[in-house]
Amino acid sequence: MKKITAWDRVEIARKADRPKTLDYINKIFTNFIEFHGDRAFGDDKSIIAGIAELEGIPVTIIGEQKGKTAKENIQRNFGMPNPEGYRKALRLMKQAEKFKRPIITFIDTPGAYPGMEAEERGQGEAIARNLFEMSKLKVPTISVVIGEGSSGGALAIGVTDKIIMLENSIYSILSPEGFASILYKDSSKSKEVAEKMKITAKELKKLGIIDEVIKENEEGIQKDFENICNKLSNILLKNIKTLSKLNTDDLVKLRFEKYRKIGGIL
Amino acid sequence: MVIDKIKKINQVDDINEKNVKASDMLVGKWLKCSNCKEILYKEDVKNNYSVCPNCGKHFRISARRRIKQIIDEGTFEELDANMQTSDILNFEGYKDKIKLLQEKTNIEEAIKTGIGKINGEKVAIGVMDSNFFMGSMGSVVGEKISRLVERAIYEKLPVIIFCVSGGARMQEGIISLMQMAKTSASIAKLDEKGLLYISVLTDPTTGGVTASFASLGDIILAEPGALIGFAGPRVIEQTIKQKLPDGFQSSEFLLEHGFIDKIVERKDMKDTLYKILRLHIHN
Repeated sequence: MKKITAWDRVEIARKADRPKTLDYINKIFTNFIEFHGDRAFGDDKSIIAGIAELEGIPVTIIGEQKGKTAKENIQRNFGMPNPEGYRKALRLMKQAEKFKRPIITFIDTPGAYPGMEAEERGQGEAIARNLFEMSKLKVPTISVVIGEGSSGGALAIGVTDKIIMLENSIYSILSPEGFASILYKDSSKSKEVAEKMKITAKELKKLGIIDEVIKENEEGIQKDFENICNKLSNILLKNIKTLSKLNTDDLVKLRFEKYRKIGGIL
Repeated sequence: MVIDKIKKINQVDDINEKNVKASDMLVGKWLKCSNCKEILYKEDVKNNYSVCPNCGKHFRISARRRIKQIIDEGTFEELDANMQTSDILNFEGYKDKIKLLQEKTNIEEAIKTGIGKINGEKVAIGVMDSNFFMGSMGSVVGEKISRLVERAIYEKLPVIIFCVSGGARMQEGIISLMQMAKTSASIAKLDEKGLLYISVLTDPTTGGVTASFASLGDIILAEPGALIGFAGPRVIEQTIKQKLPDGFQSSEFLLEHGFIDKIVERKDMKDTLYKILRLHIHN
């Protein structure tokens, strides 16, 4: 059997027909109601947010949504949020905290949108604010990387108690193309650098960045979607139960420590 | 994430402190302002806070020099001065590059942190340095900031961070990305303790630093004419396929759009910080 390279996984993670946030929401949760808007500027369609039930437990769901067709991708801005998307996410996270609902986020983005309007409306501030607020939310939080988790645009909904990754999803500081273009001034080196960047679920688990990996079928996730969703649902339930047993102070403290200890210094 | 190309400007930093011998003085006496193109006498620039005496362009300065300008003489006690990255990802060529930069610049890492006084008021201060790896944030920058905040909480001190950065450091990959979460969580802790955090944005502040601690100040100041943003201008131009207007992502632009509290000229920075500190003393 041919070895699956990091670059292979980049391509799998980006496939148009790979299941997206809404597919998981529809399969795993019941009674989903989508909510809209950041109450300040607009509604960002690259972020889906709302409330639903997971086996009878009310939860808040937030996820980056890519499209499967060109038309849908234009509508969803290819899953690249603007500041109002992150602010909608934050608004609903604070709402979840008020009503003591666990929060589940789905990460699938090439990055935060690098456009003019995004800058004018404070893309950097919006991401920073989410990192700041998520670090101290008083409810259990779990993120699931389902496809492409790229840069601060992914992290902005990813500072959670637990991080779960699908086997063929990736999580990185930047796309391999961007990385190669910055370091080597040559974006064609992206295949090569993907191997060095440590972006696969397995490598990130080994580094202690993420908590759990869900294995994917070699035939492709589409053919095994039912099974993947069952596994994910069980993992979410298990983690919600464990995290809900902690008192709030311990929950927040453990989350702080999880991120506080990341780094390598001498 | 990291702004890729930032226009090189004349380095007027640390003049007479290093690399300037008597024999260099004849050729090295002058520099051309990158903004107004005026030929300037280096000594005049140095005596003017490294600001162009003709047009007011604020040149980039080293952390060492910044600390001299802001902190009372003899009061700076540096923390974690020799902290090094362990290069977790074992990234090809990274350690050699660090070593080379350290030898070339005589700077250990992209931030200096410590405790010092501003007109007698004790503060915890972090100052980033664009001369080292474009001020990029990896493990060392993240860890030094978190430790600085912890020290500030322990001593109940206000925190001031002078930001200058191209963003997260690529060579430490996901570890650098996670420093954004780590530093933001540390600032959140400081916030919960009711302690003041002033963030000062200088040229350039971009990428993962803008999208973390730089944007989280209770009070956010900026130097005039600094480039401040999340995505770099080149990346945005590639996205929208047109040139950005003049002044886009400048301090003045950010002030206009409501993202910073005040633009402060370098010559007034120490006094402004002192005034703000004074108004928080009773807390």
